[in-house]
Amino acid sequence: MAQVSIRKVVKEYEGGVQAVKGINLEIDDHEFVVLVGPSGCGKSTTLRMIAGLEEISGGEIAIGGGVVNDIPPRDRDIAMVFQNYALYPHMSVYDNMAFGLMLRKFPKEEIRRRVENAAQILDIKVLLDRKPKALSGGQRQRVAMGRAIVRDPKVFLFDEPLSNLDAKLRVQMRTEIKKVHQTVKTTTVYVTHDQVEAMTLADRVVVMNHGVIEQVGPPQELYHHPQTKFVAGFIGSPAMNFIPTRLVETSGALNLELSSDIVLPIPEDRIGRYKAHAGRELLFGIRPEHMTEVRPNDHRPGLASFHATPEVVEPMGAETLLHFWKDGHEICAKFDPGVAVEPGVRTPMAIDMNRMHLIDPKTDRVL
Amino acid sequence: MMSASAASPSAVLPGVARKVGSLRKERRWALITAYVSLVVAAIVMLAPPFYMLITSLKTSAEISNPVGTPWIVRNPTLENYWALISDPMFRGFFFNSIKITAAVVCVTMVISVLAAFSLARMKFFGSGLLATGVFLTYLVPDTLLFIPLYQIVGGLGLLNSIWGLVLVYPTLTVPFCTWIMIGYFASIPKELDEAALIDGANWMQMLTKIFIPVALPGIIAATIFAFTVSWAAFVYPTAFITRPDEMPLTIGVVSQLIRGDTFAWGQLMAGALLAALPPVIVYAFLMDYYIAGLTAGATKG
Repeated sequence: MAQVSIRKVVKEYEGGVQAVKGINLEIDDHEFVVLVGPSGCGKSTTLRMIAGLEEISGGEIAIGGGVVNDIPPRDRDIAMVFQNYALYPHMSVYDNMAFGLMLRKFPKEEIRRRVENAAQILDIKVLLDRKPKALSGGQRQRVAMGRAIVRDPKVFLFDEPLSNLDAKLRVQMRTEIKKVHQTVKTTTVYVTHDQVEAMTLADRVVVMNHGVIEQVGPPQELYHHPQTKFVAGFIGSPAMNFIPTRLVETSGALNLELSSDIVLPIPEDRIGRYKAHAGRELLFGIRPEHMTEVRPNDHRPGLASFHATPEVVEPMGAETLLHFWKDGHEICAKFDPGVAVEPGVRTPMAIDMNRMHLIDPKTDRVL
Repeated sequence: MMSASAASPSAVLPGVARKVGSLRKERRWALITAYVSLVVAAIVMLAPPFYMLITSLKTSAEISNPVGTPWIVRNPTLENYWALISDPMFRGFFFNSIKITAAVVCVTMVISVLAAFSLARMKFFGSGLLATGVFLTYLVPDTLLFIPLYQIVGGLGLLNSIWGLVLVYPTLTVPFCTWIMIGYFASIPKELDEAALIDGANWMQMLTKIFIPVALPGIIAATIFAFTVSWAAFVYPTAFITRPDEMPLTIGVVSQLIRGDTFAWGQLMAGALLAALPPVIVYAFLMDYYIAGLTAGATKG
């Protein structure tokens, strides 16, 4: 059990390409941290630098207080679960899990005790004599986790462990991973490109893009208070709508002019925050779930309404998605499935302006 | 509407049927062609060994006075085989071949597995160039190499010694075996070494506990290749060995059973067949591994 410190860490490849551009991150003991971002954002490289599989070009990484930059992977006391499981094909499940302990010269009895304990946690006791070939994807993933658990390391590292599984199994194994973490409580760094995985698993989510950390925070904080346009657009599904707008001040009140016919009032408690930007061209960010049907007798403050003509209507079951285009920008709204909507029919919509975001298009920061 | 939808399937069906028919016909022709060419190839390939077998079963009298077709044995006898097996010199050739081959296979496998592992997995300065270089050396024929090698072997005082052969045969076997093993090792996913590295393995443990067991089919293929090459080598022993007690089978049979212009055909054929037997047995048992090993690397998975 240990904390992980990443200080000004840089990864530069031959030819000067920087995959990771000087990131800082403190991971607490017992914490479950998820690195998330699109492919090529440097999240896997960061994980592999913690593991010792990639050399660190600059800065330092400490595990449990000691700097590990020059320590080989086997002496870092970490365990890693790979996307393709990386089970040893010629060994039984038992031997796969015992391998690391055997190399470390643990006594036979201790190895047996630990493997059986891990098999118990992961519910794979009946599989111990099988070869990896005879296992399903989900079972292989369990064995790979078992191999990490038996080592009782300071840190667990997961590199997209669920990407090779089908959708249903992925959800199941996601729960399983969370359960295991709640049982063993080992500090965990988990890499994924799937923001749903990140949101559901993490104590804290680290959103990365182009080799830098965009934002770190608990899932709810990232969802409600994104600091950059990238985080706002990356977290949440369907993604947040971004609509170019102009912030206009009229007699003490602020309004968003989306177009000549759509003008939305800014809630009073936000006026102070946005006042300095009056008159500027900005980006209006609103999530689909905060753009809904107009409900009768709904008089919450900050509710604005307008009309739009949906071109595509997607009934999802639990909700209905409406897509419409405004000045070439696709906008998505989330309606209650009970409301009948026809494509091509002008429909009234309500926007919860309390959930709005304003983004400075010059800096891409949320104001 | 009804009539149109009812008519269209019947209009389409004949076309479909014709297509299926032509497919079946095509397949039949492919089969016929395959069988014909295979039979021709089998006859061409098997005729010499068959003729050897026939001849080896004939008496000297029958060989020297052929009556009618030579493809039939009239008085089959095993006397050629008995003559060879009971001859201590022939047994000596056999043991020499076994000794040389065993030593060469061991030396080859140790060198090429280590070389392939480092070339496939440890990225170091010039590793790519070295891998190509290893393969290029395989392209130099032994008929060209034996002249300089004669100087070297002579300088070492190993002419007329099976150990001279053990020294030079790896020049034939190591490059190709290394190449096979590089291909095989390269097909092992990188995550497997990384997992082993994190599990606490050093390079040597990674090789012995992960790579060698996982690449066993490739290793068997390379072993068979090394075995075949050193068992059947002809140029080097011809050049380096003149004393009968140090000769391997390949040249022993030829040098001892051809005296001037007298060919002991029966024994020559029996000796050649006996010499060819071990590779046949090895292939028969390990054929599947051999093919799996050669085609690894070629396709991923």
